Amino acid sequence: MSVSEKAAYLDNAATTAILPEALEVLYQEAATVGNASSLHGAGRRARKIVEESRERIAAAVGAKPQEVIFTASGTEANNLAVKGMFWQAQNDGEAKTGISSSPVEHHAILDPLEWLERESGAQLHLAQVDVNGVINPESITEIMSEHGATISFATFMHSNNEVGALQPVAELADIAREHQIPIHTDAVQSFGKVPLHFADLGVDAMTISGHKIGGPLGVAALIAKKTLELTPLLHGGGQEREVRSGTLHTPAIAAFATAAEISQAKLNSNSERIRSLRARLIAGITQTVSDVRLNGGANTLPGIAHFTFDGAEGDALLLLLDAQGVQCSTGSACSAGIAQPSHVLIAMGMAPKIARSSIRFSIGPSTTEAEIDRAISVIGEVVVRARAAGAK
Amino acid sequence: MKIIAAMSGGVDSAVAAARVADAGHEVIGVHLALSSNPQKYRSGARGCCTIEDSHDARRAADIIGIPFYIWDMAEEFHDGVVQNFLSEYAGGKTPNPCLRCNEKIKFEAVLKRARAMGYDAVATGHYAKKIESSSGPLLYRADDPAKDQSYVLAVLTQDQLAGAIFPLGDTVKTDVRKEAQERGFSLAQKPDSHDICFVPSGDNAGWLRDRLGSEVGDIVDEDGAVLGSHKGAYTYTVGQRRGLGLTVPADDGRARYVLRVEPINNRVVVGSREELAITEISGGDVKWCGPVAELGEHRGLAQVRAHGAALPCTYRWDGDQLSATLDQPLFGLAPGQALVIYEDQRAIGSATIERTG
Ligand SMILES: Cc1ncc(COP(=O)(O)O)c(C=O)c1O
Repeated sequence: MSVSEKAAYLDNAATTAILPEALEVLYQEAATVGNASSLHGAGRRARKIVEESRERIAAAVGAKPQEVIFTASGTEANNLAVKGMFWQAQNDGEAKTGISSSPVEHHAILDPLEWLERESGAQLHLAQVDVNGVINPESITEIMSEHGATISFATFMHSNNEVGALQPVAELADIAREHQIPIHTDAVQSFGKVPLHFADLGVDAMTISGHKIGGPLGVAALIAKKTLELTPLLHGGGQEREVRSGTLHTPAIAAFATAAEISQAKLNSNSERIRSLRARLIAGITQTVSDVRLNGGANTLPGIAHFTFDGAEGDALLLLLDAQGVQCSTGSACSAGIAQPSHVLIAMGMAPKIARSSIRFSIGPSTTEAEIDRAISVIGEVVVRARAAGAK
Repeated sequence: MKIIAAMSGGVDSAVAAARVADAGHEVIGVHLALSSNPQKYRSGARGCCTIEDSHDARRAADIIGIPFYIWDMAEEFHDGVVQNFLSEYAGGKTPNPCLRCNEKIKFEAVLKRARAMGYDAVATGHYAKKIESSSGPLLYRADDPAKDQSYVLAVLTQDQLAGAIFPLGDTVKTDVRKEAQERGFSLAQKPDSHDICFVPSGDNAGWLRDRLGSEVGDIVDEDGAVLGSHKGAYTYTVGQRRGLGLTVPADDGRARYVLRVEPINNRVVVGSREELAITEISGGDVKWCGPVAELGEHRGLAQVRAHGAALPCTYRWDGDQLSATLDQPLFGLAPGQALVIYEDQRAIGSATIERTG
């Protein structure tokens, strides 16, 4: 859907517009009957679509088709990785209850980790992160040498969804491998935005999600080495490698494959364009507003620009920008609709009050220069007003 | 105008928001999160800031077609309303937290924030009327006498009143419900909220005891004779007759009432109904919700409870204190309540009652 002249959708990290090609596939497949597990003609047809899609997605992420496990969301894939690896480890002789991760993970990782800590006595060993939200590999080396023998698995995000910082996952995977510890990466924000190759990265499992790359909502995948044993979350028909049950969503899977191929094919040109839009936004905002800083450091995703506006409250900034048609986000989770200071920013060493003064603009393939300019044209007055309303 | 519509998740504020939006104003719905630890669901008619309420408010905003945000005012509410409620009770007074909420939250913290953000006014579902005059906006009673809330709004200054909009002042409650139904609000049949929203159990005395302790003390008569004991003086209210648990009957066998709560020596003083009678009321923290009254004596009507009667009186303003002499005695009036002066249907101003006699 086209946005009106005055509107600017700058929340592409939350979800991004479906690509017309993916929409077409989704629409066509949704109009066709067939359960991919059925043995008759309609079922065989659906199965063929699913398997072709699996191959196309595998090719797009540098994995083998057998390594693709479809799920209904990135959240589900993360839960399958975290709980699946932890539970599996409990079946082994000397049950390992340690987990290594970082404090800047998405809630779809952190919350299952904390749940395992609470319910199953897991010990969390979290990495140190720097002021840009980048995981310090040395802290992982230390954790592994000290606790390696008791660690069941490790999980580190590939790039941060709030500030956009790219993480040294290949390096972290090397460290984990030295200790024979399986490692998962949440690559939901990276897929389709920066080069991503499952085999080269050296991880055992990786999460990707459809709606962040121009595919439909409600489809994602856990890419997992065949040798990685996972205890299922969902029990039933065992459709996906006996690890994930549920009738496969053929239309969404097919559209996901289309979006994966397109975003991979256009990766360089898209990211170059998006990077230049980001630079335009950053220049425009820093020239218009005083006392603003850009977070995430030099090595970020092309499309995320995360700012702290001293003395303003993120909530007020959002409301005022929204009223001007500019849609962005604080990037952090809400609790009952009340913005909480972001755990990512807190982990980066920000004071809660300053963390609350932050917002994320995220740019996608469909973002136009006019949208960026719209944001720049309103930001000055919005920040003045938000500052007048005060920071909490 | 640019308006922030405060939406509690109840019928009244939803219809109020819809009316200002229909009138063509630029409206944003805002639900105030007043508890840092909200309950998930409402229980009956209690409370007003559960997660379920914020959901109801959001659904109404969707139907109206206005943006919707939640503002976290938990800290302000705790400091300005809950703490005040506790310290007033601890001081032997009977505060009215709804009135403080209007004074400190809805038309102070929220209005200030709205104005700073470039909005002109805060619309609420209060039943009251604001009428413009040559001397600025004036506060009047609502057309529905059973619902009139001008009493809890008379603590506003005229500047605060200027930033307030009460779209329901000319409508009776049953029509508001009907309108909510017609607009397709699922909250149309939600019960009115009663009680104190931050005491979800409805057990005020228990809630106070948990926070202020429950030191046992004496219930005495005016001569100091001990007639019984209590578990926390502040759980008693002037004029209260039930639940005193007196062990010594009155000589004349007549009912006894709480005359005074004395927190310092942890005593509750009781006596006859006649001893409750007062005609003189005075207080400070005076607010004029219209033009400031002229110094001296005037005739008017005094109201001392949210749904109390308007009592003919002579009132005086000396530049610091507001006092009233009632034509007829009133029985049982607790310090801490508001004295609101009316002239006919118009609320003139208010004071927090400090002394009676
Ligand atoms: C880093 C990261 N992981 C996981 C998720 C969850 O993915 P999904 O929305 O598909 O459940 C998100 C989406 O916000 C994300 O940004």
